[in-house]
Amino acid sequence: MNLEVAGLSFSYEDHSVLSDISLEVKGGELVGVLGPNGCGKTTLIKCINHILVPRGSVLFGGQDVARMGSTERARLFAYVPQALSIGMAMTVFESVLMGRRPHIRWGVGEPDLGMVSEVLERLKISDLAFRKVTKISGGERQKVMIARALVQDPSLLFLDEPTSALDLRHQLEVMQIIRSVVNQKGIGALMAMHDLNLAARYCDRVVVLHRGRIAGQGVPSAILTEELIRDVYGVSARVGREDGYPLIVPLESIASV
Amino acid sequence: MQNDGEQIAGQYLRMQAKRLLFVAVLSVLILLLAVGSTIIGSAGLTFGEVFAAVLAGIFPGMFSADPLAFTIVWDLRLHRVLFAVVAGFGLAVAGAVMQGVLRNPLASPFTLGIASAATFGAAIAIIFVPTALSGEIALVISAFSMSALAALAIYGLSRYRGISAESMVLAGIILMYLFGAMTSFLQYTGTTEQLQAVVFWMFGSLQNTSWEKLALVSLVVGVATPLLVWRAWDLNALGMGDQVAQSLGVKVEQTRTLHMMVASLITASIICFTGTIGFIGLVSPHITRLAIGGDHRYLVVASGFVGALILLGADSLARTILAPQIIPVGIMTAFIGIPFFLYLFMRQKEEYW
Repeated sequence: MNLEVAGLSFSYEDHSVLSDISLEVKGGELVGVLGPNGCGKTTLIKCINHILVPRGSVLFGGQDVARMGSTERARLFAYVPQALSIGMAMTVFESVLMGRRPHIRWGVGEPDLGMVSEVLERLKISDLAFRKVTKISGGERQKVMIARALVQDPSLLFLDEPTSALDLRHQLEVMQIIRSVVNQKGIGALMAMHDLNLAARYCDRVVVLHRGRIAGQGVPSAILTEELIRDVYGVSARVGREDGYPLIVPLESIASV
Repeated sequence: MQNDGEQIAGQYLRMQAKRLLFVAVLSVLILLLAVGSTIIGSAGLTFGEVFAAVLAGIFPGMFSADPLAFTIVWDLRLHRVLFAVVAGFGLAVAGAVMQGVLRNPLASPFTLGIASAATFGAAIAIIFVPTALSGEIALVISAFSMSALAALAIYGLSRYRGISAESMVLAGIILMYLFGAMTSFLQYTGTTEQLQAVVFWMFGSLQNTSWEKLALVSLVVGVATPLLVWRAWDLNALGMGDQVAQSLGVKVEQTRTLHMMVASLITASIICFTGTIGFIGLVSPHITRLAIGGDHRYLVVASGFVGALILLGADSLARTILAPQIIPVGIMTAFIGIPFFLYLFMRQKEEYW
């Protein structure tokens, strides 16, 4: 199913955060949302999955997201927020099991337990299953959050900077997990991110936000140019090529953008 | 060590079995304590006499009992014992729900102003209604309405700012101080006798229980608890933060409001009869979390059982330890619960909250 966003705007009181955003995420497609701090990436994700209520139209599979019931929406969309804090000290297993909430009434059945075990294994965190989420590393915790979202069995996955607080190995692991889920299950994913090189390598398309507006969207090699990086980030950079992907080498910050 | 999927699911199911076992053990302990507590007392009844009296009451005509034993069991002890069980259960359930919904380990009916509002209500009745000294209807109504008012005020104040967990806790604490100050003011203006009555009410006591009060409280707890357990997934989801909860389909503000109101109602309906019995709502959920973990589908009810055990134990001791002098049960709950809590707390190496 496809996500279609048209003419989306959002403001906090009289401060406009997003204006006139239109974008599309198809099934089986990983779309990166890029842009400097404060450009509205997080707000955009929250607007699309209806944590915030924007103006404009958000359709999923042709259906108006704003008119869906909260459980109906939760069966279609899963969300991994930016904060690594995970709340109360539950076990990893229980945190991941939470993803089944939109699909079950009260009792937990064998299929639910099976799904949790399967996702834990897929993400290679089975051995943490009965550790407390407060006692594992940041990278492991991010995987737990992603596991919870996968167990939710969504048709569209929202991730807010899932790699920003992670070391190199975990960054790549997380991107590989998401890429393979998107490919295998044919679901769409919309991911806010900072690392342009990860975006260039793993995303099918990128949407670049600048001051609440779209500064460009398309395949990474067409969008991530030296010119756009200078205009949007205020950074001079050299864009080369590695393995067929754009390779961005930031050089220096240019004052006053 | 790498577990395979079935092993992990199996381990989870064993954890669930452990939770059921915990509740089963508690029920047996409560039953034993209830029997013991009905027998023990200054009248020197035997097990046989009490047993006969209980049967004679349940099946009138089929069993006969000593009239004195019958009166003591049915008019004095049994409703008090059962009230302790139901009240302990309800206070602990309310505490577990408040802690969950506010994601705050210090939340309880007492840290959120519900209890101090009830105290203020009681103080008003004691000072302005001359016949209220003995703890009767005016006092009960006044205490209950003030708690209800406090609950509404918490809702109103936090609604004004958006219903976040933090704003609710803050609103509750502010109300606690406000009602505390108003009670102090009333005490300051009252006579020595009135002052004593207020202080005594604040100790908490099961002295004035009756079958009618037991029925009322059981009704409230009996209706509210299944509702809270039914919505337990919402509490679990709120534990992961408002936004994750929302993305899991929880209507966050509605859920938080509903749960706070129900928990406040349970609390108010109990303490308007007993005075402030503190500590149970705060500590029972922690004891339970240490023992069986934080899944509210089990935590809410299991906390109730822990609360019932603590309050019944405290009241049994309060009646017997300095007999014929009866210590107010509110004082005993802390003496009983704290060592138990400390034991679990020191033993547990892992973070449990």
